[in-house]
Amino acid sequence: MDTATRLDLYRMMVLIRTFEEAILREYHADKKPVFDIGAGAIPGEMHLSAGQEPVAAGVCAHLTSADAVTATHRPHHFAIAHGVDLHRMTAEIFGRVDGLGKGRGGHMHLFDPDVHFSCSGIIAEGYPPALGQAMAFQRRGTDSVAVAVTGEGAANQGAFHESLNLAALWQLPVVFVVEDNEWGISVPRSASTCVTSNADRAAGYGIPGLRVEDNSVEGVHRAAAEAVARARTGEGPSLLEVHTLRLWGHFEGDPQGYRHDLDGVPGRDPLPTYEQELRGDGVLDEATVKSVAAEAADRVEDAIAFARRSPAPDPKAAFDLVFA
Amino acid sequence: MSLTDASAPTTTRRLSTSKAMVEAVAAEMDRDQDVFVMGEDVGAYGGIFSSTTGLLDRFGPQRVVDTPISETAFIGAAIGAAVEGMRPIAELMFADFFGVCMDQIYNHMAKIHYESGGNVRVPMVLTTAVGGGYSDGAQHSQCLWGTFAHLPGMKVVVPSSPADAKGLMTSAIRDDNPVVYMFHKGIMGLPWMAKNPRSVGPVPEEDYEVPIGKAAIARPGTDVTIATLSLSVHHALDVADELADNDIDCEVVDLRSLVPLDTDTILESVGRTGRLLVVDEDYRSFGVSGEIIARVAERDPGMLSAPPMRVAVPDVPIPYARGLEDAVLPTADRIRSAVFGVMGR
Ligand SMILES: Cc1ncc(C[n+]2csc(CCOP(=O)(O)OP(=O)(O)O)c2C)c(N)n1
Repeated sequence: MDTATRLDLYRMMVLIRTFEEAILREYHADKKPVFDIGAGAIPGEMHLSAGQEPVAAGVCAHLTSADAVTATHRPHHFAIAHGVDLHRMTAEIFGRVDGLGKGRGGHMHLFDPDVHFSCSGIIAEGYPPALGQAMAFQRRGTDSVAVAVTGEGAANQGAFHESLNLAALWQLPVVFVVEDNEWGISVPRSASTCVTSNADRAAGYGIPGLRVEDNSVEGVHRAAAEAVARARTGEGPSLLEVHTLRLWGHFEGDPQGYRHDLDGVPGRDPLPTYEQELRGDGVLDEATVKSVAAEAADRVEDAIAFARRSPAPDPKAAFDLVFA
Repeated sequence: MSLTDASAPTTTRRLSTSKAMVEAVAAEMDRDQDVFVMGEDVGAYGGIFSSTTGLLDRFGPQRVVDTPISETAFIGAAIGAAVEGMRPIAELMFADFFGVCMDQIYNHMAKIHYESGGNVRVPMVLTTAVGGGYSDGAQHSQCLWGTFAHLPGMKVVVPSSPADAKGLMTSAIRDDNPVVYMFHKGIMGLPWMAKNPRSVGPVPEEDYEVPIGKAAIARPGTDVTIATLSLSVHHALDVADELADNDIDCEVVDLRSLVPLDTDTILESVGRTGRLLVVDEDYRSFGVSGEIIARVAERDPGMLSAPPMRVAVPDVPIPYARGLEDAVLPTADRIRSAVFGVMGR
């Protein structure tokens, strides 16, 4: 893989991690000493994507703003990698008027039509709309594709299976992405399904399925290149499962008492791992590491400052916008 | 033993609503081998809202079963097990998720007894968390009990206090019908969410049933009937205490169940006060608040000395930002203004 691509992947992973760490900091800052989920500048559930950066970075590297992404309750990494407006996304997480949804949606409900991005808090329910976006692209004669993302837990939900079947039947330009972080909240994959790879399930619907191991961003990049190219050239849908890692709790405040795999987890963090690899290959040096980090911090802190400056919505506005 | 009045418990032992619920489930599991629990994160996690804490350790994975995220399959499985005479308790983590599994619930669980000419029973409990107030957004904050109550064939219970949570759970498990048991996150007494002080309260240690279909007078009063349910009972009680200083004596009726609805208690109360305010955290139109007012109007509109009022979620999705969410929830402020309104002040 060429150096520029590798550096781009690294930069994107750093940007995502920097963002998630900043949201983590802001989320907890005013929930102390006693954690109250409804308190603070960012209230409500918060599902962060630290550890899953390789999936978003590797897949979205092949997309343009004309392609669609439907993400999940854990949407930030895909939103950032797909180029959702960082300022307005952050303002939405803070529930402010300049947010993507003017404060109505929150972190699980980010919609940026400029880049065809959306997400949903209902498991697997982001898959079906991606089919329709793909239909629209196809019927309008564009070569855009739709990427539908879920976790591995969602692969046991009806909408997942119906979507695979329909996309295959209609040869839609869709790439189904499954982020296997091994956990659906507290339920491990092994207690959810007997199927060890969702690539096998893809075969059940007559579409190609691929599984990328080791949370490898370059592995994801290579596999996604193929899947996106197939979709773009009219060869139909495929499924890509990535064995990734949930570095933090399911949501913030998750005590994770169920999680017996935590000991080894820090060592599997994809960010230092990839950094080491790139340093070893002479692609990254100390100065670049620092400048990449500084650039990411600037962008993220700027977005947070923007969000904080943006006013809270007028309560009366709650009654607007039910209909167009 | 049967508790028909919310003030009946004489015990001094205090439990949170979630612990009271779990106590009832555990006692029934001890008593009846056919009772078992299944749902997402009900095992090691103990239920996202602590509705099953400790049950896995006590009863093991055969009777406390973590499921995949396959609501149609496991709720349907509960129906099948119930048809064969078991007494499953299936948990739908949030009522908001019913969209992915409603067919099993309303076309199967709720209709089998009727369609079979009464020959097949479905003695199961569907537990589910409801409600907002902590900025969880439009897909994780709804009550939706009006929807379940609208569809015939399932009982719907909506406890507001720890003692009722226990007694209604015991009744729900022993009932030979499907019972939807809807618990508000704000009354569970969770350590990680702002608590109403009454989410911890006295709970008798022995087994008892709170009959399904019997409302409670949570606070007697003479001027206005506030008919309400679940968390809103507490907001109504807070407002009632406060307004006593303004010489307004509110009667708070805790519905405790929507199906069957205790129309007699509502009518009897309105007959005494002549004024009705319904407070409901579900959507306003086509729901609980309209139904209660209709039942009064059907009996005798002349009972009302002032037009009835309702405080409910206006017909908008529940917004995320705190100020927006507060504007749509039935907060104490909105209840207070409505009481003044119905009193003509
Ligand atoms: C239909 C539905 N059922 C249950 C939930 C509650 N829930 C939210 S996230 C989650 C686990 C999802 O696991 P997975 O799909 O693997 O994604 P991950 O959280 O690991 O990213 C569950 C059960 C939901 N949001 N929607």
